[in-house]
Amino acid sequence: MGKFIRLKKGFTINLAGKAAAKVVETDQPETFVIKPTDFFGTYMPKPVVKEGDTVKAGTPLFHDKKHEQVLYTAPVSGEIVEIKRGEKRKLLEIKILADKKVEHASFNKYSVSEIANLPVAELKNQMLSSGVWPNLIQRPFGIVADPGVTPKAIHISAFDTHPLAPDYAVLYKGQDQFFQVGVDILKRLTSGAVHVNTHSTSEISTVFSQVKGAEVNKFSGPHPAGCVGVQIHHLDPINKGQVVWTISPAGVIQIGKLFLNGVYDASKLVAVAGSEVKNPQYYKTYTGASVKKFLEGNLTQDHVRVISGNPLTGTAIGKDGHIGFFDQQISVLPEGDYAEFIGWITPGERKLSFHRAIGLFSFLSPGKERVVDTNTHGEPRAFVQTGIFEQVTPMDVLPTYLLKSILAEDIDEMEALGIYEVIEEDLALCEFVDVSKHKVQEILREGIELIQHS
Amino acid sequence: MEFLKHQIEKIKPHFEKGGKWEKHYYSFEALETFLFAPATTNGIKGSQIRDAIDLKRLMMTVIIAMVPCLLFGIWNVGHQHFLATGQAAAGFGDKIWVGIVQVMPIVIVSYGVGLGIEFVFATFRRHPVNEGFLVTGMLIPLVMPPDIPLWQVAIATAFAVIIGKEAFGGTGMNVMNVALTARAFLYFAYPTDISGSVWTYLGDAKAVAGYSGATPLSIAADAATTGTNVVGSLNSFGAGWNEGVFSFSNMFMGIMPGCIGETSTLMCLIGAFILIATGAGSWKIIVSVFGGAYAMGLLLNLIGGNAFVEMPAHYHLVIGGLAFGAVFMATDPVTASQTETGKWIYGILIGVFTVMIRVYNPAYPEGIMLAILLMNVFAPLIDYFVVSANKKRRLQRATV
Repeated sequence: MGKFIRLKKGFTINLAGKAAAKVVETDQPETFVIKPTDFFGTYMPKPVVKEGDTVKAGTPLFHDKKHEQVLYTAPVSGEIVEIKRGEKRKLLEIKILADKKVEHASFNKYSVSEIANLPVAELKNQMLSSGVWPNLIQRPFGIVADPGVTPKAIHISAFDTHPLAPDYAVLYKGQDQFFQVGVDILKRLTSGAVHVNTHSTSEISTVFSQVKGAEVNKFSGPHPAGCVGVQIHHLDPINKGQVVWTISPAGVIQIGKLFLNGVYDASKLVAVAGSEVKNPQYYKTYTGASVKKFLEGNLTQDHVRVISGNPLTGTAIGKDGHIGFFDQQISVLPEGDYAEFIGWITPGERKLSFHRAIGLFSFLSPGKERVVDTNTHGEPRAFVQTGIFEQVTPMDVLPTYLLKSILAEDIDEMEALGIYEVIEEDLALCEFVDVSKHKVQEILREGIELIQHS
Repeated sequence: MEFLKHQIEKIKPHFEKGGKWEKHYYSFEALETFLFAPATTNGIKGSQIRDAIDLKRLMMTVIIAMVPCLLFGIWNVGHQHFLATGQAAAGFGDKIWVGIVQVMPIVIVSYGVGLGIEFVFATFRRHPVNEGFLVTGMLIPLVMPPDIPLWQVAIATAFAVIIGKEAFGGTGMNVMNVALTARAFLYFAYPTDISGSVWTYLGDAKAVAGYSGATPLSIAADAATTGTNVVGSLNSFGAGWNEGVFSFSNMFMGIMPGCIGETSTLMCLIGAFILIATGAGSWKIIVSVFGGAYAMGLLLNLIGGNAFVEMPAHYHLVIGGLAFGAVFMATDPVTASQTETGKWIYGILIGVFTVMIRVYNPAYPEGIMLAILLMNVFAPLIDYFVVSANKKRRLQRATV
């Protein structure tokens, strides 16, 4: 039996322009990009293809020098048109010009009963060589899972509470069988349970509610209830020396398809959402797709920020950028590069705030959908206000003290204060509500990297 | 507006790196951001959206919470002036005028000196001008006696900002409440000037017959030595010129001599309401200071000993600066306890120490100032234990 956990702390950011439950199939974008920078913990990514090579979906593109068995593969078939490097020849992007019709590299195909009898080593081999492996994320640190480790549990968050988040009932409709097989395989990789963490108030898709062999837990409460780190903290917290893995339902489904169909199927639904999108809806495409096709003629104005991922943790990619490996949404918000005359005191019902300070009235209408731009609304300052981070962190973690220990580079203190339990998304709300405008997520990642390499 | 913006954009390059006034960048930044909330956007990675709050707005909220105290204080300074000089029939306008003439110079000196030092330090230490002083600059006049010489205000403010704050690295790093540091400085540097009849502004006029500059705290302390009933002494005080000035209801309203802004418990409670409703001040601290003082008062009533000890506990809440201190001084987020559990302990101990200092320490009748400064120093220790408990929970979980 799963657990039912009620969370109270947090803040759901209700933005205008949520994707309507409509899936559109348009012409596929021409280019697809895989960015090694999407994968934390890759030490030195090394390409195994050259510009001009042709690849199939599932053909390896690069691997990390530290974990050569983990292959990062092409989402679609086509020609490698660019291998982009940055400073010190750091590998940034591998760009594929896609074929009209996707050709798949073939992997072993099994029936459900065959899968049950496959040795773990063979399961892992097929996952590692096909490109589905990097879906597995290791906690602590939020890095790509080490295949040599057996985690104490695997957690799957089956809902997303981020602003403009896609509805999982739409994303994973009809994927029950693949999800089930994926869970069956994951169960073989862990010494503990596979947790599927669902939301108590929204209607749960049968994909998650009917799954067998996993602990189906329920969570209620505002964002960040959907963040898997918060869920782990309440179900089975990570202690020093322990490892758990997390994976998105999309990753589980990819694993299921790999074994049942014998292909690396990188197709996915992407929600294109935000106040500046004319028709916010879902598009069917593949991992790493160029977002240009989805936005052309679909924007209400030109001065916008295009984000791969959600507005709290995503990355600005520009109007002809490419969607990140783990992202399932494109958010388009108005760019906020305007100066506002005495903007620090002008009242406004439209200004979204977690706070209730003078002139900020958004707390009076919490259900209202809002248009929020990318302005910082203030300047960086020293830590002054206290107790606010704690109100948006539904964990027994003291974010201010943790951040200060990172700034002081005090590794023992970071460890004692629980750095193993959090990654950026778990504390992203702190960055949003911060009066002093700290870059909380950036600081946290610096701390994680410090402790990881110590 | 466009013209103003244009002018700012035009002179901005001079202040940026390589410009001829590069040194004064942070002074420029302070003024620029005061006029226009900046056009900066969030970074490529991380949170792409930010809450509409900033430190300026938060500080403005606290200032607005102090406005009732300030306005009431201005009226009260005038009112007490006319009562003490035997002109009880003076009109409302006259009282406000006397109050303004007496109070506003103190406010101006406090802000002028404090902000001046802030800008100088910002220039030399290369840190942004922090908005914290907007609040401090208003707190200082409110805890000054109306008759204070302006040069003392200036020295106290300078001392508090330099030694109390900038020496530690500026707002956010200071250990002790800056406004209380100013007050404490006067208290110990000029003890004769901050006692006696400073609590009422007399000006050139002569005091009425029977006038006395005693405060409820000094009356209570005297009662303890003479053995008379405190409530009786308070009620009979002021006969002939200001009958009933120290009755409980009058003291709650704050129509009595005292520091400019801290006499009225009612106005402090209005401020507390604003702080709590807007979330700018911690309700835990406010409630626990009042609670701690009241509980300690009750405990002392039980123990007994002298007349002050036996004073009804609720009197402690309206005399002296307890209400003002609890609402505006103890809640300073930088110097208070920063953990939520710690805030309860911090507040309760302030209340307890305030009453203890009042009752048992005849040399310093005003306990709240010393109690808060003392707890400012101990707040990091309280937090240390709360944080250690958090760490211990994590460690225990690991070994089970």
